[in-house]
Amino acid sequence: MADISDHPRETFRISMLLYDARYRSLTIQVVAAMLIMLFLAQLVDNTVTNLAVLGKDISFSFLWSTAGYDINQQIIPFTSQDTHARAALVGILNTLLVAVLGCILATVIGVFAGVLRLSKNWLVARVMTFYVECMRNTPLLIWILIVFAVMTEATPQPRDFREGGTAAMVFADSVAVTNRGVFIPRPIWADGSGIVVAFLILSIIGIFVLRYVARKRQEDTGQQLPVLRLSLAMLIVPVTLAFFAVGRPITLEYPELGGFNFEGGLQVRNSFIALWLALSLYTSAFIAEIVRSGILAVSKGQTEAAFALGMQPNRTMQLIILPQALRVIIPPLISQFLNLTKNSSLALAVGYMDARSTLGGITVNQTGRELEGILLLGIFYLITSLIISSAMNFYNSGVKLKER
Amino acid sequence: MTKTVFIGALAVAGLTAGIASAATLDDVKARGSLKCGSNEGLAGFAAPDANGNWEGFDVSLCRAIAAAVLGDGQAVEFVPLTSQTRFTALAAGEVDVLVRNSTWTFTRDTDLALDFPAINYYDGQGFMVPRALGVSSAAELDGATVCIQTGTTTELNLADYFRANGISYEPVPVATNAEGQQQYLAGACDVYTTDISGLAATRATFEAPGDHVILPEVVSKEPLGPAVRHGDNAWGDIVRWTTHALVAAEEYGVTKANVAELAAAPTDNPEVNRLLGTEGELGAMIGLDADWAVKVLSVAGNYGEIFEANIGESTAVGLARGLNAQWTDGGLMYGGPFR
Repeated sequence: MADISDHPRETFRISMLLYDARYRSLTIQVVAAMLIMLFLAQLVDNTVTNLAVLGKDISFSFLWSTAGYDINQQIIPFTSQDTHARAALVGILNTLLVAVLGCILATVIGVFAGVLRLSKNWLVARVMTFYVECMRNTPLLIWILIVFAVMTEATPQPRDFREGGTAAMVFADSVAVTNRGVFIPRPIWADGSGIVVAFLILSIIGIFVLRYVARKRQEDTGQQLPVLRLSLAMLIVPVTLAFFAVGRPITLEYPELGGFNFEGGLQVRNSFIALWLALSLYTSAFIAEIVRSGILAVSKGQTEAAFALGMQPNRTMQLIILPQALRVIIPPLISQFLNLTKNSSLALAVGYMDARSTLGGITVNQTGRELEGILLLGIFYLITSLIISSAMNFYNSGVKLKER
Repeated sequence: MTKTVFIGALAVAGLTAGIASAATLDDVKARGSLKCGSNEGLAGFAAPDANGNWEGFDVSLCRAIAAAVLGDGQAVEFVPLTSQTRFTALAAGEVDVLVRNSTWTFTRDTDLALDFPAINYYDGQGFMVPRALGVSSAAELDGATVCIQTGTTTELNLADYFRANGISYEPVPVATNAEGQQQYLAGACDVYTTDISGLAATRATFEAPGDHVILPEVVSKEPLGPAVRHGDNAWGDIVRWTTHALVAAEEYGVTKANVAELAAAPTDNPEVNRLLGTEGELGAMIGLDADWAVKVLSVAGNYGEIFEANIGESTAVGLARGLNAQWTDGGLMYGGPFR
């Protein structure tokens, strides 16, 4: 101990920052950080200066001025007298609508296509291979335009539905497929419909309880309950009874041909259908490959072991293969969901009024606030993506391999 | 990742802002060609012909400006811009001048930091419907589906007009005139609305133009003209006086056919002499050659000739002079005094 303290203390010299391995990495990091910050400062300063030269300032006050334009698809009410901020919100909700519905449909189609591509049936497997390769090797924009062109060019105009016209409504005169969109009946919620909805929610909770009870019972006694049939009964019977008991509070408003167009009912616009279908079909091809890789990643020994225990093929898939495959499937699936959400900004091509078309399109154009508008749009997509990926990561932590 | 995206966005913003320098005239001369922001395709105003040469009413103004500055009406690089991208492209310096059926408005002149040095077409917004609909007035359009180019003044006028009249409509936003035309012809919208000149130009390209009517209502004032960046006044002067030279030449009877003859020697009309540079130093004052207006008029003639050749009553577009007649004929075209 004493020896060590006798050594002359090494004094710190500036050159040690470069030549002493203990400090060198720190030096490099500090210098790099300073360079990055300088670069950023230069960029911001350059932008502000050049905008000032152009006579433009950076201001977000345009968000609170009157928008002055109309939006066709509104989830929340909007008129041309509302603010740009509300127009942006309408667009954001439209983006979220198409993203959520797109993720759901893409997953359903993708899982089907992925599983069927592994089918032992030669024809089915080849057809799915063809589908996947066609979809994922052509640009998404082309699919959006193809679906949109089919929807507008191959469907009849509303006026063809008049007496003596060439077109007719389908499903007992309740649905009209036109080149302006698909008109479907709209539910009208009268007094008492809350009770029916409450019953529906209770039934869904009941189904989860049933599944829990059934699993517990199977683990304890080995006996199985007919979960599917019981669930269906629980879903349908109480709600139907409540519906009639309260006196049929929910009625349907059917679309009817008005002066120029169908009136009443719910209009599912072609722009929405084109975007939704194209996004779903395109992304489903990637999801199909992810699902296929996930299933193939599960060792064949697992299947053989399950068969040796006398399990049927569908229960083997359900209980043995898929739970293990999910560990491989979920992480890449997250990025597909993120891709789908961000790709929805191609909505502009078919005039779907999403956040890109309202906030990043018309608002930017009418106010001349390009930098601010695009910055806000970027922040919106960033936040949305981060929320989606954290939600999926939360789910992933539930299914991933538990290491104990 | 997020940081790099941010840096990238700022870099793009910084660079594009950096390009927009003040002396556009020097840039154009150094480059040897004029970058002119034009319509992506509107018959009669700006559209490439079968050989890929741009022609039209707005195109002729671009060529006139190029002739004034560079002495060559062909030294123009046309940059087709959508209604959404046009002002950003101009502000960022991608084009030197924007001649794209753009309406001069207060907001664009002030808040967007643009200048509209002159008006080359006085227009108004109208509605086109298929004749088969049997509609004779815009007031009958309650519940109609309307195709509308986004990012235009038309979009705002449409909202105002329908709100003021208490009638409802369904907007179908389209990005370009071509897309609007396709949607309208497919029947995806009942009505197509834009400036009346644009409606006439679009209708001229239909297979059966007679099956479509332009409703009598004119719902807005749309003074269309070339736009330049605010702050470069010397360049704005060149665009303004080139436009005025075209208009004034029509008033004085200077045409493509006789401009060379009139410019050869001073005439009896001092105004013509000053315009054509045979008298006075007007060219030097604006930083151009003395015979700049001769070059301008040699390209496609005066305002009246350009109008008749591209959109006049003898063409498929078939527009009457109307408000765009000379002031001496009761119109609004009033070339400034060349003095």
